Amino acid sequence: MALVLTLSDVTKAFGGLTAVSGVSLSVGAGERRAIIGPNGAGKTTLFSLISGEQLPTSGQIQLFGQDITRLAPHRRAALGLTRTYQITNLFPRLSVMENCLLAVQGLRPMKFHLHRDLRRYPEVMELTRGMLGAVGLLDKAGATVRDLSHGEQRQLEIALALAGSPKLLLLDEPTAGLSPAESAMMTALLKQLDPSITVLVIEHDMDVAFQLTDRITVLHYGRVVADGMRDEVTANPLVQEIYLGAS
Amino acid sequence: MDGTAAVWWRRLGFALVLVLLVAGPPYLPPFLLTLLTQTLIYAILAMGLDLILGYTGLSSLGHAAYLGLGAYSVGILATQYRAGFWTTLVVGILLATAVAAIFGLLALRATGVYFLMITLALGMVIWGLANRWVSLTRGDNGISSIPRPDLGLPWSFAAAVPYYYLVLAGFVVAFAVLRMIVRSPFGHTLVGIRESESRMRTLGYNVWLHKYIAFLISGGVGGFAGVLWCYYNSYVSPSDLDLAVSIEILLMVALGGRGTLFGATIGAAVIVLLKNLVSVYTQRWLLILGLVYVGTIRYAPEGIVGAVSDWAHWSRLRLLWRSS
Repeated sequence: MALVLTLSDVTKAFGGLTAVSGVSLSVGAGERRAIIGPNGAGKTTLFSLISGEQLPTSGQIQLFGQDITRLAPHRRAALGLTRTYQITNLFPRLSVMENCLLAVQGLRPMKFHLHRDLRRYPEVMELTRGMLGAVGLLDKAGATVRDLSHGEQRQLEIALALAGSPKLLLLDEPTAGLSPAESAMMTALLKQLDPSITVLVIEHDMDVAFQLTDRITVLHYGRVVADGMRDEVTANPLVQEIYLGAS
Repeated sequence: MDGTAAVWWRRLGFALVLVLLVAGPPYLPPFLLTLLTQTLIYAILAMGLDLILGYTGLSSLGHAAYLGLGAYSVGILATQYRAGFWTTLVVGILLATAVAAIFGLLALRATGVYFLMITLALGMVIWGLANRWVSLTRGDNGISSIPRPDLGLPWSFAAAVPYYYLVLAGFVVAFAVLRMIVRSPFGHTLVGIRESESRMRTLGYNVWLHKYIAFLISGGVGGFAGVLWCYYNSYVSPSDLDLAVSIEILLMVALGGRGTLFGATIGAAVIVLLKNLVSVYTQRWLLILGLVYVGTIRYAPEGIVGAVSDWAHWSRLRLLWRSS
């Protein structure tokens, strides 16, 4: 199996605090992998290192066999890497349609076009509407994002992430703050993702994690403490101790 | 009122304003024509600044420098080399764009108030050159008796009314070009950058490059305004690119309404009018300017256009409420 993402001994320290400590992992093409761990385990920091928003203190990151350790975030996006955010990170004062358009044109040369009205790109407008339709937000296309419900904003996050046709998708707690019904809808949406997309998902809700993925990596204090198939990991005494407390 | 009706009303309003701007001037008293001409030239500069201030979210406090570069291109070329209008126009715009290309490299390393301070300092460099490079700029005395341009047309631009029409044509061209840019995919990316630079990066945008291109265009538009400004005054001196001018331009955009080209134009009209009226009564123009600034930030942070559209929105709601 071709490797999509390889982390070798990646460490990120903020002064005296080591958020990610010597993490090595590799993710194969089309794999669905959950990253779990208690609060403060370094999961989101790990995502930021992969997406390039933060640079590691040491270690190496490879994407499709290319060293991207120090590559700028927009260049990683151009290679096919996209992420979503635990705390919704959208353009709150723009409309749903405008948000999604920014994501769709992000990887197209047309983003430098000065001479033509954006609305005169029928194929891009059509694609954007399709994206919004896929996440069930088409009837809200004209609404301002800050007026959307939290659940709808989470759906829009997914639309933005999918708009660039990613090869590797990092989902940071896609169901955070959702009601059980919304969470079930989100899970169903994510299960329908194109199987060729490699997905890494941070998830607190074990049910959701088990439904979306088959392989699990457990982080604790910035270290990988367990890595394997679902049953192995849940049977791991160390994982049980972290999650249930020492007996 | 639904969306399409609002669009038609706005188009009607634009058409009416344009008709007035075209048909009115021959009947205006000279003083008002002066104000109108100055307004249109400053509006070009303010719209150019709005591209980076209102759309991209970068406050430049050195924009008078580009006006100055355009104006001195005309002043030097037209008097020492007897260059024609088109030569001075092209050189003025290119020089301003080229200087913006250098200044952009320095200023865009910073954001927010640091960006403001760097643009201010760079603007003062150009002002300093205008003052001290006496062999080229004649320093403090400025360059005078610059002839009005001859475009090879059957009429002369020496009189106020024909020159006004030249300025109006320039304004319409600048407005059309900038409007095309802000509605283009590129213009849309600028708004995205204003709203969230970090999110734009992870969506695949080279944020710096987009800001840099916008900065260049903004500088070039400033140079264009400078060319028209110099021919209008037949004179150019360091006071044309004084810090106070940079503040005035910034205030035009903030007062009129950031992120709307129309707002920048309204702001230019208000500031030009106020400046000329105030100068009749007092020398303390900067004090008044400061008060206008504080008043804008306190009472109309979105500018005049923002305040009017808010008011229209609320009065419409009230009508709905009454009729139901």
